[in-house]
Amino acid sequence: MKMVLAILISAILVDNFVLSKFLGICPFLGVSKKLDSAVGMSVAVTFVMLMASAATWPIYYYILVPDYTYLNTIVFILVIAALVQLVETVLKRFIPSLHKSLGVYLPLITTNCAVLGLAILNIDETYTFFQSVVNALGAGVGFLLAMVLFSGVRMRMESATETPKAYQGIPITLVAASIVAMGFMGFAGVADGIFG
Amino acid sequence: MEKKGRLSLLFNGVIKENPVLVLLLGTCPTLAVSTMAVNGLGMGAAATFVLICSNVVIAMLKNVIPDKVRIPCYIVIIAGFVTMVQLIVKAYAPEVDQALGLFLPLIVVNCIILGRAEMFASKNSVLNSALDGLGMGLGFTLALLIMGSVREILGSGTWFGIPITAGRIDPMSIFLLAPGGFFVYGTIIAALNKLTKGRAIKRKSMGCDGCPSAAACGGAGTGQCPPDKEGQS
Repeated sequence: MKMVLAILISAILVDNFVLSKFLGICPFLGVSKKLDSAVGMSVAVTFVMLMASAATWPIYYYILVPDYTYLNTIVFILVIAALVQLVETVLKRFIPSLHKSLGVYLPLITTNCAVLGLAILNIDETYTFFQSVVNALGAGVGFLLAMVLFSGVRMRMESATETPKAYQGIPITLVAASIVAMGFMGFAGVADGIFG
Repeated sequence: MEKKGRLSLLFNGVIKENPVLVLLLGTCPTLAVSTMAVNGLGMGAAATFVLICSNVVIAMLKNVIPDKVRIPCYIVIIAGFVTMVQLIVKAYAPEVDQALGLFLPLIVVNCIILGRAEMFASKNSVLNSALDGLGMGLGFTLALLIMGSVREILGSGTWFGIPITAGRIDPMSIFLLAPGGFFVYGTIIAALNKLTKGRAIKRKSMGCDGCPSAAACGGAGTGQCPPDKEGQS
C-alpha cells in the first residue's frame, strides 16, 4: 500500500509528466489557453490513460511475453488508437452529453506521447497491474494539475502589455512554463521523504 | 523536377521550414533529450532514419492505402521502422539507448514524422519524399544540436564532453533540468524572431493553424479541430 501511495504522489507531483518528464508538451501549450478546454482535455487524457494502462498491461504480460516483447511499440500504439476510437464511438452512442464535451479532444489523444509513454513506462518499471493503473491515475491527475495551473498563468499573461516584441506569443509562453516547472522542482524528494 | 528544385527541396527542411525552430513541431523530444549535444545527434540520427524510410514506403504505397484508414496505416509503417531503430540502437549503441530512454520508442508519435507523411509523402514521388525526409531529419538534428549545445555549455560547462568554461564560469545545472529546457527553447525562438524581424516563425500559436496533424485528427474522428481552434501535434 505504501508503494502504491508513493507511486501516486510521485506521478502527480515529483515526476509530473508534463513539467519534469516532457511528455504531452503539445496539448500543454496548445489547449491551456482557456480553463474549461484545459480541464476537458485533461479529463479525456486521464480517461484514455487509465484505459490504455489497463489494456496494454495484460496484452504485454499474457501475449507478448516471452517471445514478442520487441513488438511492444507497434502493438501499444495500435491498441491505443483502437481504444480511442472505441471510446469515442461508445460515448457518442450512449452518453452524447459527455461526448459533446470530451469528444473533440479524443482524436487528438492518439498521437499524444504521454499516453504511449505511460504504457511503455509501466512495462519498463515492471509495475504490477494495480500499480500500473495507479500510475495512470497519478499521471492523469498530474497532467490536470499542470494544465489548470498553467491556464491560470496564461490568463494573467494575456493581459501583460510590456512583453518585448520578439518574446510575444510562443517564446513568453515557454518561459512561463519554465517558471512553473521550477515550482514543481520543489517537490523533488517529497515522496521519498514521506514514504521512504 | 529539375536538379535545382531537388536541392531546394532538401534545404527546405533544414532552414526555411525547420521543423523545430520554424514550424515548432516535435517539442517533447526536443526538450527532453537536448541536455547534451551528443544526445541531440543520436536522437536526430534515429529520427532521420525513420523519416526517410517511412516517407519512402508511404510514397510507394500512396495509391494502395485507402484514404479512410490512411492515418492508422502510416502509424503502423512508422512504428515498424521505429522498432527497427530500437533494436539496432540497443545492439550497437547501448549508451545512446540509455541516454534517449523512453524517447526512442516515442519517435512513433513524433508529429514531425506523421506530419511529413500526411503533408508530403502521400502526395509526392518516392525520390522527392526521400529528399524531403532527409532534409527534415537534418533540420531536426540541427535544432537538437543547437539546443543541446547551449544547454550543455551552460549546464555542465562542456561541449561534446570537452571542458569549455572550466575555471571561469561555474556550470548552472538548472539548464539540464526541465525549467532550463523550456527557457532555452523559448529564448532561441525569441532570438530567431528578433534576427528575422518576426518573419521566420511560421506558427504564431500552438493551435491548429500549421499543425500537420490537423488532418490526422480528422482522419481519426470528428473531421475538425476543437471549436476554439486549439490543437496539438
